Amino acid sequence: MTDANWTDKQPIVSIKDVHKSFGPLEVLKGVSLDVMKGEVICIIGPSGSGKSTLIRCVNALNTIDSGSIKVEGQEVHDKKLDKLELRKKVGMVFQQYNLFPHKTALQNVMMAPVLVLKEPKDSVETRARALIKKVRLNGKEDSYPGELSGGQQQRVAIARSLAMQPDVMLFDEVTAALDPETVKEVLVTIKQLAQEGMTCILVTHEMGFAREVADRIYFTDRGVIVEQGPPATFFAQAKDPRTREFLSQIL
Amino acid sequence: MNARRSDGTIPGIRAAAATDMAVLHPFKLRPAGRAEDLLFSRWLAALPPWAFPLLLAAALLWPATAFAQSHYTMADALDALWRWLPFLITKGFVMNVVISFFTMAVGTLLGVLLGLGQVSHSVLLRRSAGFVTQLFRNSPWLVLLFIVMLTFPFQVTIGSVTIAIPDWIKAVFGLSLPIMANISEIVRGAVQSVPTGQWEASESLAFSRHQTMWRIILPQCFKRMIPPWMNWYAILTMATPLVSLLGVEELVTLSRQAMESEDNHPELLIPFFGFALVIFFAYCYPIARWTIALERRFSVKL
Repeated sequence: MTDANWTDKQPIVSIKDVHKSFGPLEVLKGVSLDVMKGEVICIIGPSGSGKSTLIRCVNALNTIDSGSIKVEGQEVHDKKLDKLELRKKVGMVFQQYNLFPHKTALQNVMMAPVLVLKEPKDSVETRARALIKKVRLNGKEDSYPGELSGGQQQRVAIARSLAMQPDVMLFDEVTAALDPETVKEVLVTIKQLAQEGMTCILVTHEMGFAREVADRIYFTDRGVIVEQGPPATFFAQAKDPRTREFLSQIL
Repeated sequence: MNARRSDGTIPGIRAAAATDMAVLHPFKLRPAGRAEDLLFSRWLAALPPWAFPLLLAAALLWPATAFAQSHYTMADALDALWRWLPFLITKGFVMNVVISFFTMAVGTLLGVLLGLGQVSHSVLLRRSAGFVTQLFRNSPWLVLLFIVMLTFPFQVTIGSVTIAIPDWIKAVFGLSLPIMANISEIVRGAVQSVPTGQWEASESLAFSRHQTMWRIILPQCFKRMIPPWMNWYAILTMATPLVSLLGVEELVTLSRQAMESEDNHPELLIPFFGFALVIFFAYCYPIARWTIALERRFSVKL
């Protein structure tokens, strides 16, 4: 699906003037942002500001009303686009983990590469076991999701997404449903990914984490991007009064 | 008794207490829309096991006192029943079980297809499957039976071979229509009870809709479908004597014929039909207990 003219010098994800409404409620009112290969960007903002909707549009879980979203040069909301091809490139991790409860951790990780990419089972299994080790869950391969803690489930979900070898990873408030002690184990995993050069778009409420891993931070409020910048300037010298108010409440 | 209390309500009290005070209202342990699915099995399973000997005693002893002074005594009637018993079971009740098995098989097959139609992406398919489901779910069973029995050919000719279709096969098709419609609703309800997050996760992993349905969604609802499916099996078994109105040979048809050959003494009525009642109870009661046990086990796990 990669556009023939696209090179990794151009943005890997390019969002331009995206509008999206749910009925009478306009959630996105002209959002634009570019993400380069290997970049880690964090989107923060109050609830209902359209953060989650925005990243769900990137892998076409939501449709957009107008504007353009390109992944590797390909328009995502082109009617003719094969969504399955897009989703092989873009992995996503959800707030509620959404593991398949009838499959073990290992089966959860192996399913998509075997059934969707039609890869041979034994090579997928080697990769899946390595990924489970990478998210530090060795020994939990044969556990069912119901037997794992929230943090462990979320790490299996990350491994499951990585097994498809995506170019971009989307994280939709992945720590919001976890208790404070297990938040850290998930964040360590994401940080490791970011350091390895994975392109990541995160929606998060973890300000400390955003400051630590993000190359750039975007602040959204009521459907628009109010402020953006690298963490150092974003947290120290926010210009917009709404951003300052939000940060003062959170930090 | 226990079944009533475990769903969080107080025995004998249907509605939540009307009060403004801060009290813990009775709450539902089961998701809405599932409890009433098992109404029949829940009622039957809630009967204590000694209901069976009680029923047996009532069927056999009560008429003995009621008709004691008649010329043809109750002892004669029971004697007649005893002579007919092997015949009634092997040629009668076995037929009810056979009809119920085949009806369930046909009804399940068609019902699963229809239920999947009801959750299809195609609006046309979804609407028509929904229409067919509601039509057969809300039609009187006996009317459906009559239509099928009287319109189906009594034989089919394939090339030079003519195959006669026995009455009971036609009865199977007639009864499988309402079963199909109710299985269709079970499938629809089970598929829709899976959280949308499961669909989104499989979508984001590039599973096709077909793969999502067969690999992710249906395996998860399989367990939830078993108790309502068994509930419908028990209801169906109870309904099989309907086919006696159309002359299909089964327990009730044969009981009537047996009584006729015993000169239709009124003393025969209660032992013969009492036996029918008892044997249906003996067959359906364990199924109901099993259904409720499975339902409890599965609802804890999910």
